[in-house]
Amino acid sequence: MRIPILRLDRILLVSIQEDLTDDEAMQFQSDLVNRVAEVEALGVAVDITALDVVDSYMARVINDTASMVRLLGAEVVICGIQPFVAMTLIEMGRDLIGADCAFNLEQGLEMLRARIVHRGDTRFTGDEDD
Amino acid sequence: MTEPRPPARFAIGNSSDIVTARQAARALSAHLGFGKAHQTRLATAVSELTRNVIQYAGEGSCLIEDLSDDQERVIRISIEDHGPGIPNLPLAMEDGFSTSGGLGAGLPGARRLVDDFHVSSAPGLTRVVIAIRKPA
Ligand SMILES: Nc1ncnc2c1ncn2[C@@H]1O[C@H](COP(=O)(O)OP(=O)(O)OP(=O)(O)O)[C@@H](O)[C@H]1O
Ligand SMILES: [Mg+2]
Repeated sequence: MRIPILRLDRILLVSIQEDLTDDEAMQFQSDLVNRVAEVEALGVAVDITALDVVDSYMARVINDTASMVRLLGAEVVICGIQPFVAMTLIEMGRDLIGADCAFNLEQGLEMLRARIVHRGDTRFTGDEDD
Repeated sequence: MTEPRPPARFAIGNSSDIVTARQAARALSAHLGFGKAHQTRLATAVSELTRNVIQYAGEGSCLIEDLSDDQERVIRISIEDHGPGIPNLPLAMEDGFSTSGGLGAGLPGARRLVDDFHVSSAPGLTRVVIAIRKPA
């Protein structure tokens, strides 16, 4: 299964809809990183509302993906971690997730927008004409 | 009370077996009336331990048993492999210790997620037995 990556101008939206195997998680990582480079995305929102297990492997994939995307020059927000998943992650070990998080996709997009504006990048905000 | 479910054994050999095992653990815990938090903890522990099997031993098995009786709901899960074993068990149980560049969160994390946790390891047999329980 391949996770669809939606594009809204220079923002990418990804919604992980089902439990991923390790191989699928790695595939997702490379697909997303490639897509970010390809469209020179300014921001990426990853919705993980549907994930009911985030173990140390998945946590690492999420962190690594966020770091890679940031290295390319885009902002990343992880959205919608389930409360029980959050509790479990903290019990497993503090700081397993290092990426920025938001309650849901909507807030995640707001966060991205604020970040991008803060960076002085007007391409996303539409203040520019070209 | 409901009839206990028969034990289920899963072969663990690739990454989709991890998903199968953790989903089976979650399904049984939901069936026995464990709350969402317990279901998630158990599924996550199973995920960590079955991944270790694949990563360090190549293959193994995961046995899921319903040991509930009139007083208590109990799920016991035994994960074992015939790989090289864990050379220094106390060290492997420490947060952050990893021989594979991992986060070293698997064993110590799984221990915190369940009610019972026993691990024994020697070359040729590593067995981790975990359980969750609650009053019936
Ligand atoms: N079944 C096993 N057979 C042999 N060695 C094991 C086994 N399980 C764990 N180990 C050893 O114990 C160490 C700690 O395991 P643990 O699961 O806590 O962390 P990790 O697998 O290294 O990283 P993480 O699980 O956070 O990705 C491993 O690095 C490995 O050396
Ligand atoms: Mg591990």
